[in-house]
Amino acid sequence: MTFGAATREATRARWAARASLILKPLQSALDAFPPSRWLMRRLDRRALKGRLLAIAPPYAWLLIFFLAPFAIVLKISFAEPDVAMPPYTEVFALIEDAGSFFLSIKLNFSNYLLLIEDDLYLRAYLNSLKIAAISTALALMVGFPIAYAMARAPRRWRGALVMMMILPFWTSFLIRVYAWIGILKNEGLLNGFLQWLGVIGEPLTILNTDFAVYIGIVYSYLPFMVLPLYAALERMDESLLEAASDLGCRPVKAFWVITVPLAAPGIIAGSFLVFIPVVGEVVIPDLLGGSDTLMIGRLLWAEFFSNHDWPVASAVAMILLLILVIPIVLFQRHQAARQEAAR
Amino acid sequence: MASGPTTRRTFEPWDDPKSKPILRVSSVSKSYGSVTAVDQLSLDIHRGEFFALLGPSGCGKTTLLRMLAGFERPDTGRIELDGVDMTAVPPYRRPVNMMFQSYALFPHMSVEGNIAFGLKQEGLPAREIKTRVAEALALVQLPDYGRRKPHQLSGGQRQRVALARSLVKRPKMLLLDEPLAALDRKLREETQFELMTIQEQVGITFVIVTHDQDEAMTMASRIAVMDRGRIAQVAPPTEIYEQPNSRYVADFIGSVNLFEGNYVGGDGAPTMRCAEAGCDLSLAQPLLVAPGHRLWVAIRPEKLEISREPPPPGTLNCLSGVVWDIGYLGDFSTYRVKLDSGKIVSAAEANRMRLTERTISWEDRVYLRWVPQAAVALLS
Ligand SMILES: Nc1ncnc2c1ncn2[C@@H]1O[C@H](COP(=O)(O)OP(=O)(O)OP(=O)(O)O)[C@@H](O)[C@H]1O
Ligand SMILES: [Mg+2]
Repeated sequence: MTFGAATREATRARWAARASLILKPLQSALDAFPPSRWLMRRLDRRALKGRLLAIAPPYAWLLIFFLAPFAIVLKISFAEPDVAMPPYTEVFALIEDAGSFFLSIKLNFSNYLLLIEDDLYLRAYLNSLKIAAISTALALMVGFPIAYAMARAPRRWRGALVMMMILPFWTSFLIRVYAWIGILKNEGLLNGFLQWLGVIGEPLTILNTDFAVYIGIVYSYLPFMVLPLYAALERMDESLLEAASDLGCRPVKAFWVITVPLAAPGIIAGSFLVFIPVVGEVVIPDLLGGSDTLMIGRLLWAEFFSNHDWPVASAVAMILLLILVIPIVLFQRHQAARQEAAR
Repeated sequence: MASGPTTRRTFEPWDDPKSKPILRVSSVSKSYGSVTAVDQLSLDIHRGEFFALLGPSGCGKTTLLRMLAGFERPDTGRIELDGVDMTAVPPYRRPVNMMFQSYALFPHMSVEGNIAFGLKQEGLPAREIKTRVAEALALVQLPDYGRRKPHQLSGGQRQRVALARSLVKRPKMLLLDEPLAALDRKLREETQFELMTIQEQVGITFVIVTHDQDEAMTMASRIAVMDRGRIAQVAPPTEIYEQPNSRYVADFIGSVNLFEGNYVGGDGAPTMRCAEAGCDLSLAQPLLVAPGHRLWVAIRPEKLEISREPPPPGTLNCLSGVVWDIGYLGDFSTYRVKLDSGKIVSAAEANRMRLTERTISWEDRVYLRWVPQAAVALLS
């Protein structure tokens, strides 16, 4: 114990020394800069210095990788398509007029109007939401028994089972979806197997239907459902079910009144983790779906790469984001509430 | 005589041949793989008893209790409750409730929800459920805690909620698996008496598992001492303590000095020849065994009289030795005396006076005596 603590102390001291090698010159450079001194004094007074350093990286991350691209896409969504490079007109322009500069802002709302006027987009949004909702329900139905079996497996197997759940992630997503084409196509493995069994005479058309899309989505997103479910179920004390049975509750009912409520955090987390990305899914409907499988991600892809209409594509993306903000906020609220309850 | 109250002051239905046991366990066995957890065990428990299953860790107490609750199915044997065969009845249809060692309160339900759970399964009207829950909460002295969630309660309060939840269905029998194990010592002692009071109030038969002998001695009307899946002895606490039927029981309950020897017949003064003691030990009663039969004499430390004065010659059951160790326990002092044969014997003496100066000290030669009635002769 003491040995471990001592080495940990030493390691920490060594890292602190290394960090100060970099930070010291930086700090002295900043200290030479009067506004920085002023700011630091203010921060010091509020004891914010250390905290600021700790919370800066995630905010910087958000700024660089989320807010900046968001601002760019938002800007493009108000532009007009143009035969140029990049293929849209500038929204902001600095105009010189008689020696003084003006900032001109030209906003073009027609991209958004198009989304309302052409019901293709509305149908695509609704269909995406429908497919996401159904896939989430399917993933829950498939994932729950898996997670339950994993959580009730002998303790020494559980780690391996979790690994098996994660393992497919180590190969390319695209390759795994392609593999499904090989399985589902008319002369594919599934049809071959069914015909060999004699269950069917003619091959079933599965590939290029909504059904294939559901298979692909449930397969690809299953770990996102199973892992939170497993975490919730594994924490559950099995004696609760015995207690329920002892108090006169049949096993099936106990499942609904004890197991499901206690797994609720996992159900909610898993459902959001599947639903949110599936709404914008492109690859699976493109590879496994039929030409009539309408999803907003495909439409967006087509606008960008086939039509080269970046402004409309950006507008589609903005509305998609707007739609998804609702479940994302709900999810965040739920997670925050859980953390609050856990304390 | 006939008009006067003839109520029996003592509660001893097990001695009454007319009393029908509420629980009858007949030659029940249960094995897990190669481990025999419960081995050909038979047991009768009577209505209104506070019955304790006592034994060392791993002797099968929990397994037996779980079979009574229905969570485990016996490999062989039969469990009868109130004359009805329960052996194959699932737990949710047994008129028996269990209080779990971990309490197993439903974390997503309030205290009221937990207590009402069992009543809801019976489909009782909401009004009745409400009054019965309130009664149960009053019984365990938590009337204002109905709205709380289990995680907002202290350990002792959770224990009471678990008790209320298992009592509210008015089972024929309540099973308690080490109900007090998670409580600290002081709270545990208080709760012991409270459990006894509650048991008297509700009149339900309690079967409690414990490996704390004090707990069993304090609470139980009868104790079953278990040994490797079997019952070593079933008897009221005083009998278990004063009349153990084997060395195992004598040794398990309290501390005891055991002397091994051979029976010497003789009608008037039966004795045991004992090399360890260095003399013959006289027994209270003759035994029904042949002379020369191996036997043991068990004597509790507090029943030994210790003194520095040599007894008058011819005194029965007198040993002599040297004080090896002294333990001061506040209320008692224990002396470990090394006999001339090398055997160590403990003797306990109440500290009736304030101890300022020890009358008996280390290395003193002392004499230990007891009357034959204070000792028990054991054949196994
Ligand atoms: N589910 C099980 N699987 C395998 N062996 C078990 C199982 N339950 C109990 N046993 C074994 O059966 C024996 C009796 O166990 P049991 O739990 O009944 O003991 P106990 O008297 O309650 O002990 P403790 O005082 O430690 O709780 C032990 O040897 C135990 O290892
Ligand atoms: Mg046990």
